[in-house]
Amino acid sequence: MSNRTLTFNIFRFDPYRPEVAPYMQSFSVEELDGMTVFVALNKIRETEDTAIKFDFVCRASICGSCAMLINGRPQLACKTLTRNLPKKITLMPLPVFKLIGDLSVDTGAWFRHLSLKTKSWIHTDKAFDPQVLEERMDNQTALDIYEAERCIECGCCIASCATANIMEDFWGAAGINRVARFMIDPRDGRSGKEYFEVIGSEQGAFGCMGLMACDDLCPMELPLQMQLAFVRRKMLGLGFKV
Amino acid sequence: MNSNNTHITDVLIIGAGLAGERVAIEVANHGLKSIILSLIPPRRSHSTAAQGGMQAALGNCAMGQGDSPDIHFQDTVKGSDWGCDQEVARLFCDTAPSAVRQMSHWGVPWNRVVAGKKRLSTGQVVNDDPEYDGLISARDFGGTAKWRTCFTADGTGHTLQYTMDSLVIKLGITMHDRMEAVRLIHDGDHCMGAIVRCLRTGELHTYLAKSTVLATGGYGRLYGASTNAIINEGSGMSLALETGIVPLGNMEAVQFHPTGMVPVWILITEGARGDGGYLLDKNRHRFMPDYEPGKKELASRDVVARRMMQHIRQGYGVDSAYGQHLWLDIRHLGEKHINTNLREIANICRSFAGIDPAKDLIPVRPTQHYSMGGVRTNIDGAAYGLKGLFACGEAACWDLHGFNRLGGNSLAETIVAGLIIGKKIAEYTSGAAQKYTYQIIKDHHANIDQKIKDLISGKDGQENVYALRDQMEQNLMEYVGIFRTAAELQKAVDNLKDIYYRSLKIGLRSDGSGANPELSFALRFPGMVRLALCIAYGALERTESRGSHYREDYPRRDDQNWLNRTLAYWPAGADLPELKYEPVKITEIQPDDRGYGEASVRS
Repeated sequence: MSNRTLTFNIFRFDPYRPEVAPYMQSFSVEELDGMTVFVALNKIRETEDTAIKFDFVCRASICGSCAMLINGRPQLACKTLTRNLPKKITLMPLPVFKLIGDLSVDTGAWFRHLSLKTKSWIHTDKAFDPQVLEERMDNQTALDIYEAERCIECGCCIASCATANIMEDFWGAAGINRVARFMIDPRDGRSGKEYFEVIGSEQGAFGCMGLMACDDLCPMELPLQMQLAFVRRKMLGLGFKV
Repeated sequence: MNSNNTHITDVLIIGAGLAGERVAIEVANHGLKSIILSLIPPRRSHSTAAQGGMQAALGNCAMGQGDSPDIHFQDTVKGSDWGCDQEVARLFCDTAPSAVRQMSHWGVPWNRVVAGKKRLSTGQVVNDDPEYDGLISARDFGGTAKWRTCFTADGTGHTLQYTMDSLVIKLGITMHDRMEAVRLIHDGDHCMGAIVRCLRTGELHTYLAKSTVLATGGYGRLYGASTNAIINEGSGMSLALETGIVPLGNMEAVQFHPTGMVPVWILITEGARGDGGYLLDKNRHRFMPDYEPGKKELASRDVVARRMMQHIRQGYGVDSAYGQHLWLDIRHLGEKHINTNLREIANICRSFAGIDPAKDLIPVRPTQHYSMGGVRTNIDGAAYGLKGLFACGEAACWDLHGFNRLGGNSLAETIVAGLIIGKKIAEYTSGAAQKYTYQIIKDHHANIDQKIKDLISGKDGQENVYALRDQMEQNLMEYVGIFRTAAELQKAVDNLKDIYYRSLKIGLRSDGSGANPELSFALRFPGMVRLALCIAYGALERTESRGSHYREDYPRRDDQNWLNRTLAYWPAGADLPELKYEPVKITEIQPDDRGYGEASVRS
């Protein structure tokens, strides 16, 4: 394996210390076999600058914590292998989301707000009865719901979205995909009209300019373009009915 | 102390994984207020990483026909090597089916039974009855007599957590994320809440509650090679142990998962073997049937992990730059199955090892995975020693798992225990009053404040917290692993004691201002070493082999002397835990042959 010396240029800023202007700091790291940006960043923190902030949890591309701009592209740092990158690597925090410090952004609060706005839970009047068998569901329907539910709320689609970058309240692909997940769920009792109220707006299905960077960059490879088409078609169908 | 940073509620829940959120929902349904604290956004909790599934005896799929809570109970007790509390196991197995249906009601897209004939990877043909079509299905997992593990592809933990969290949002339960509890507030009799450090600003907050619940997960990250998320540092157990009054149960019972992927130690789900995967050695020989003719790759995890290490020791391991390993082979399951039901692991293989499991073998070795031990509670989830303190999920020693947990029983535990214990917490809290005095809060606050000042000033020394962590990990990996001996365990205890003293002399490299990550870790670390000592010392003293605790110098289970549970206390100023033992509750099945493993007459 190559023994390259990598140079990481990392964005530094502490919003709680606004008197220190944002700057880029560079660190040298000896590349190791199979090294990921996760491994490199921890090495930097433990040996070079113990104050640097970034987020990792599962380090296995399951939890969605570690999205950042790696040489300009929103990606999960945990599964980005350095051998696929040039020697010079620039790391910036994701745009759109509130900066916590350095590479750490508040995707958690953003997605919680999204769940609230899209009312992302099963709407039902039925009470749960522990004595009764579960309602039956076609396995394919279950798989289709899971397909949309695989979103890990990493924020790559939002950070790469031109609309989300200029329009504060736009839900982006994550929001549209989220609504699609509930639309196909037979347990959710919301009517088409209720869904229209949720998503039939500029903030929802109609704000998208169709650039589709979300679809290219989703680390979970969710079919975001298809989901947008699905939701728009539903909304259109509803419009014609009215 | 800033009075703006004081929060008062009925129930304070520390940890927003499945167990913590399930408790929150239950207490909300009883009309009580709660605040959940989480180190991270809740949907990033380690619960989401559970791939394989959750056990509940529904008996819907063909290979699950005839299943019942009784059989689930037997499997669980055998799996635990008779170390579990049978009253707890019974309650758990009886409740699991309705808990899994409730999750379905709330939105989990469980895989469903598809009626009709199908050929399993073993060649066996099964027929799913149309009567069960569309009901919740199940897959095979280790140590179970029936197919009982309910699943959503290989993202079960993810869908459970997302559904649970959707309820938390719907119910308007207060969530404070990026907050870390650093000390429990108590007077030696009652727990009153916690001192909490904000991981956005570094400020200290005071949370006061009638009940406090530890739902902080396991301690996998004490080991250098663990499948666990990096936040799994046993923080709730540390908080409880630090009180000096609350004991930890069975800390020496550490589970190693047979298939951590080399060298990143990311989990390859048991579902891979459950769905028909094989373990191969360097000669591409499928060796498990040689050791375990009955259960083969699907004996309990402790047994499979030991058989793998035994096989490596006999010279059949595959050499690599990261030590010897074995192969997991799922190629024969076919591309379609791998890319749907095992898709997340296919992705993990591609991203982290550059291999395609539909074509390539996966390098695996047993890797630390689960903490059976934890904060010792009674069947109601109430911690020993402090009123108003509860624990739930992997953080607790309830004690469902004894000395070995079955795959699929941990996800199930979070939900079932959350439901049962949540109810008990609601009952307790409804009859409890806020009990605290200004002085007690001030004292606990001052304690942490002083620690932070000392770490920043370097008053106690200049030890490097990351270097000490490396040493702690190394000692646990080398001397407190799958095969254990008195000499090695003694070495671990001696070394860890030294590391513990040094951990009291940590000085920061950075200025420690704000939400400084080095300061966060330095505050946590001495507690982590105390946990490591509980594990190593408990293992040294337990002179028998039971479940995952395997002593080469005492290879047999010894029911005469050791059919008991270890309780580890940490008296103030001590450098070793004080160990006590309590009997294990046996209500239904007397200790017997497990039917697999080294001691079994049948294997």
